[in-house]
Amino acid sequence: MPLLTDLHKNARAQLVLGLLFGICFGFLLQKGGVTDFNIIEGQLLLTDFTVLKVMLSAVMVGMIGFHLLKQGRYVRSHAAEGTIGSNVVGGLIFGIGFALLGYCPGTVAGAVGTGALDALFGGMVGLLAGAGIFADLYPSLKPVLMKWPFPAVTIPDFLRLNTWVTIALLEACMAAILVLLGYYGF
Amino acid sequence: MLDFLTLDTWSPYIAGAGIGILSTFAFLLSDRPIGCSTAFVKARGMITGLINPDRAKGTEYYREIVPKVDWPFMIVPGIVIGAFISVMFSGRFHILLVPTTWGNSFGYNPVPRILVALAGGILLGFGSRWAGGCTSGHGISGSIQLSLASMVTAVCFFAGGIAVAMLLFRVIGGG
Repeated sequence: MPLLTDLHKNARAQLVLGLLFGICFGFLLQKGGVTDFNIIEGQLLLTDFTVLKVMLSAVMVGMIGFHLLKQGRYVRSHAAEGTIGSNVVGGLIFGIGFALLGYCPGTVAGAVGTGALDALFGGMVGLLAGAGIFADLYPSLKPVLMKWPFPAVTIPDFLRLNTWVTIALLEACMAAILVLLGYYGF
Repeated sequence: MLDFLTLDTWSPYIAGAGIGILSTFAFLLSDRPIGCSTAFVKARGMITGLINPDRAKGTEYYREIVPKVDWPFMIVPGIVIGAFISVMFSGRFHILLVPTTWGNSFGYNPVPRILVALAGGILLGFGSRWAGGCTSGHGISGSIQLSLASMVTAVCFFAGGIAVAMLLFRVIGGG
């Protein structure tokens, strides 16, 4: 079994790794420009596509890296079954908050690191409050969260296609989006 | 040679590719998707635990997402530090209360900005737990694993976000 189970089970090493992954992630988010309120609202107002460029580039690279490692059984999939009740409804509520705050849960932390106080006093405090409200309501929300499950866990299962064929199709679609953005001057 | 570290920003494609590589290494070395919203549940659970331990123990959600300092928790303080290092390298650290996009539409009084940010933060915290992840957990890490639910969720984040941002800045803010 090539999975690095010993490392995964080493709690102290994982604590350090979590911090290091966070530091690298925060560094890349800031350098990518997406810890800036103006850039994020610009994406939601469709005037600046930096957020989409960062996300698509990350997925295009990660998709290949993850599945190459998965083929050698160095990683395993964490993809879980979703539902309309959880993913669509929750996603739309998230979207409302995303637009009002102008940051998401990761970039809000990055913005705090750059000195944005609206991210600290509005964003971080609000996120802690919102997470608490959800925890309190969780037992009564459970039936909604389980409503209308999706027909498949993964895109290849849904499309009934081979994993690598699906990846090739997604890479082509994402590359086409990035080329079109460049073509139209974004 | 290290000049690129002091640049204000990198190409979004380079930063994005870096995040893709980072995410792949998180699966390899930690067997975890990089996500951020879990940390806020854990932090909130620990705060509740300090104030009222019985209430924290009695909350079912904190038995599923255990409030402790671990890998998913450390991501968020890590991001704060990483972004701070990045902005110090480029000499661009500055205290900001009201971002310009907001100020141009609604003025530079910090009170309305903080209040709307607070409301947004609450909905974001609530919505991310409802959806089971955020822009990084679903949008990037989930999509990398070809999760159908994650890709649908990411589309909903932006659908809701675009609708409300248009309403806020184009209709109410009149810009």
